[in-house]
Amino acid sequence: MTSYLIRRILSVIPVLFLVSIFVFLLLRLTPGDPAAIIAGDNATPETLARIREAMGLNEPLLTQYVKWMGGILQGDFGRSLISGVPVLDMVAGRIGPSISLAVMTIVITILVAIPMGVIAAWKHRSWVDHLVMSFSVLGFSVPVFLVGYVLLLVFSVKLAWLPPQGYRPLTDGLGPFLERAILPSLTLASIYIALIARMTRAAMLDVLNEDYIRTARAKGVGERRLLFVHALKNAAVPIVTIVGAGFALLISGVVVTETIFNIPGIGRLTVDAVLARDYPVIQALILLTATLYVAVNLLIDLSYPLFDPRIRY
Amino acid sequence: MTLRSRDFSDAPVVLEISDLVVRVSDRDLPPVLKGVSFDIRRGETVCLVGESGSGKSVTSLATMGLLPRNALHVEGGRIALNGQNLLDVSSAQMKQRRATDLAMIFQEPMTALNPVLKVGPQITEVLDLHTKLGRAEKKAKVLDIMRQVHLPDVERIYDSFPHQLSGGQRQRIMIAMALILEPALLIADEPTTALDVTTQQQILSLIAEMQQRHGTAVLFITHDMGVVAEIADRVCVMRQGEIVETGPIRQVLETPRHDYASKLLDAVPSLVPRPSRQAPPATPVLAAQNLGKTYRSGSFLGKKTEVRASHGVTFDLSPGRTLGIVGESGSGKTTVARSIMRLIEPTDGRILLDGDDIAHLTSSQMKPKRRKLQVVFQDPYRSLNPRWTIARSLTEGPLNYGVPYDTAIAEAKRLLKIISLPEDALRRYPHQFSGGQRQRIAIARAVMLKPEVLVADEAVSALDVSVQAQVLDLLDELQRQTGIAIIFITHDLRVAAQICDEVLVMQRGAVVEQGSAERVLHDPQHEYTRALIGAAPGRFWDFAARKPLVA
Repeated sequence: MTSYLIRRILSVIPVLFLVSIFVFLLLRLTPGDPAAIIAGDNATPETLARIREAMGLNEPLLTQYVKWMGGILQGDFGRSLISGVPVLDMVAGRIGPSISLAVMTIVITILVAIPMGVIAAWKHRSWVDHLVMSFSVLGFSVPVFLVGYVLLLVFSVKLAWLPPQGYRPLTDGLGPFLERAILPSLTLASIYIALIARMTRAAMLDVLNEDYIRTARAKGVGERRLLFVHALKNAAVPIVTIVGAGFALLISGVVVTETIFNIPGIGRLTVDAVLARDYPVIQALILLTATLYVAVNLLIDLSYPLFDPRIRY
Repeated sequence: MTLRSRDFSDAPVVLEISDLVVRVSDRDLPPVLKGVSFDIRRGETVCLVGESGSGKSVTSLATMGLLPRNALHVEGGRIALNGQNLLDVSSAQMKQRRATDLAMIFQEPMTALNPVLKVGPQITEVLDLHTKLGRAEKKAKVLDIMRQVHLPDVERIYDSFPHQLSGGQRQRIMIAMALILEPALLIADEPTTALDVTTQQQILSLIAEMQQRHGTAVLFITHDMGVVAEIADRVCVMRQGEIVETGPIRQVLETPRHDYASKLLDAVPSLVPRPSRQAPPATPVLAAQNLGKTYRSGSFLGKKTEVRASHGVTFDLSPGRTLGIVGESGSGKTTVARSIMRLIEPTDGRILLDGDDIAHLTSSQMKPKRRKLQVVFQDPYRSLNPRWTIARSLTEGPLNYGVPYDTAIAEAKRLLKIISLPEDALRRYPHQFSGGQRQRIAIARAVMLKPEVLVADEAVSALDVSVQAQVLDLLDELQRQTGIAIIFITHDLRVAAQICDEVLVMQRGAVVEQGSAERVLHDPQHEYTRALIGAAPGRFWDFAARKPLVA
């Protein structure tokens, strides 16, 4: 187990190294001169030369990469080209809302989707099953912004139960946090519920046909215990895989929802940085996302033995 | 060992099934069970025997109230346990009676236990559900029943997962789980079919022992007449949802009244080897010399491990002869077959095909040789591509070797005649055929290439006995017509006795005995061979002759 863990962590290094090369070249190989893009249309040659010098663009690529990487390894991701604020501070300020939102979305998803999938599989081909599957198709096909605006319209505008927009960290108290986080989380959860309910149903349908389910019935095990103790744990591995991958996606890819609800998260930072061609910020965000993916995948893999004792590392 | 002749006429009736009719739900098909009636008394074992699809398992599941929902339902009749009709009992009450009054064990002990839960708690669950014992009492009771089923080191096994136990141990766990509350009735649905013969014998005697200790009535479902002869007090022979013959074991085995029962008994292959055939003075087509395969694994951080899957296998095989490789699971017999087929590369020794060593050929060097070596696998449901027509499956091999399509189709048609299938079978798909038909198609596919050697890996093990007999006959006929050499891999000594000229007995990767089938089966030299023959169920009875076998 320990040696497996060490090997897995070591294997992260080449992955991130490749990502860093890609990110680095992204800036240098973009058509046109980054300095020209940064300086704008009306820049004088002197300004351009100054920017080039400041960005180190006159040095050989390898030297540039080593300097950049050296900075990152010491925690220096450079400064934003637009605001001049250190990139690390910008990202750090935005990660909190994104992570809170992602965690809450996943919690809602698990609480809703797994029972939904289990019950749909249990009542296979009944009206309950059809209802769950229809909801699932709906969740996939209705765009996120529509769900978001409908929720806003109903709960904030018409009923005025919840504030329409904004974000308050958990440190301001559970109430204010939940008030503002619940609608965006529900919006995001709609699509994940659809996905994970489907996965759960499929995994459970396989498991419910297994011989040990018949054995459990022959012992006189009740239906609830049968589903949630005997079957669900066997169906857990694919479900956990999807939940984990979904979580990683959530942190980086929730632009629309963050925009609708005016949440200062990573998603909006990414969009703003891309639109402004703020390269140091884009680079840092891509590296962050890649690291997150690798870390979450490692955690998922390590969690498998908790569900299935036949998997050992 | 002889047939049982115990008298139960004074014992109370535990289970009485009368006129049980089961139908397929929402479809207008003939009933699956057409009025089945029988009873079992306290301490008695009744065997339900029949081939697949005869309704044995449906009978047992109906009794447990476990018929698949929305698929099958009981339409009429009575299932009375200790006088109470289980069909009138509410589902909550039925749940309570399972494991308490009636319990069941299943065929496949690997899949019948939940793989993600420890086995001890799986047994304890029965007590959680049906008793109000304290934690310590429960554990003591579980450990006690685990000792009763002769599990070693019960404390350790209590905390083991199913995959950490052997097949026999898992089945013991199932039996412990079923009998912990001393139910009046135990239903055993093919409980030993997936086990090796030596393990099977242990499990059969364990069931008999537990039955004697607790006075359990046992309903034992099997397709294996050998097993029936070992354990039955009474037999019910089922066919197509009906009991066609019933009676005390001796009566059914000695003087069966119904044609079908006689046919079933005739189809049981005899343990007496067939008369040996004259060995032709031909040069061997295939020879293995000191063949072995060792699996090595291990990474630069982990420890190196070596598994010797097989070693020291040496034999000659002449055209028209059949070599049997016999052994239990894990003996290495399939590794030998795969090495010979060059599906894997052996690590030691030589394989001579027509005098050329093929042991280490690359796959492109191997390609021209492949057509000389063909294989038939165990499971005809999985060895044919379900999305391909029979014509495509049969002609694929020849087409790969450049045979024109017309020639290949003509050959396919010729072979279909030999395997007794109509010509229009070519346009059909595998699911439209029965298991026996599929296996015959798989054999036709193998011989399409006119191979010199045919490897049959447990080729009849998944088939019912009557179908088994047909497939064995087919192999025999093909061999006489074409002079093909056959390597027949089996765990079943009866089958080996019927088809093999020579037999090679393997245990834990090594050949322990080798010789003519007659010599090995009549006069086994090695202890393990003797144990295998001793464990063959019903070895004391000659089914076809309807009388005990005099050695």
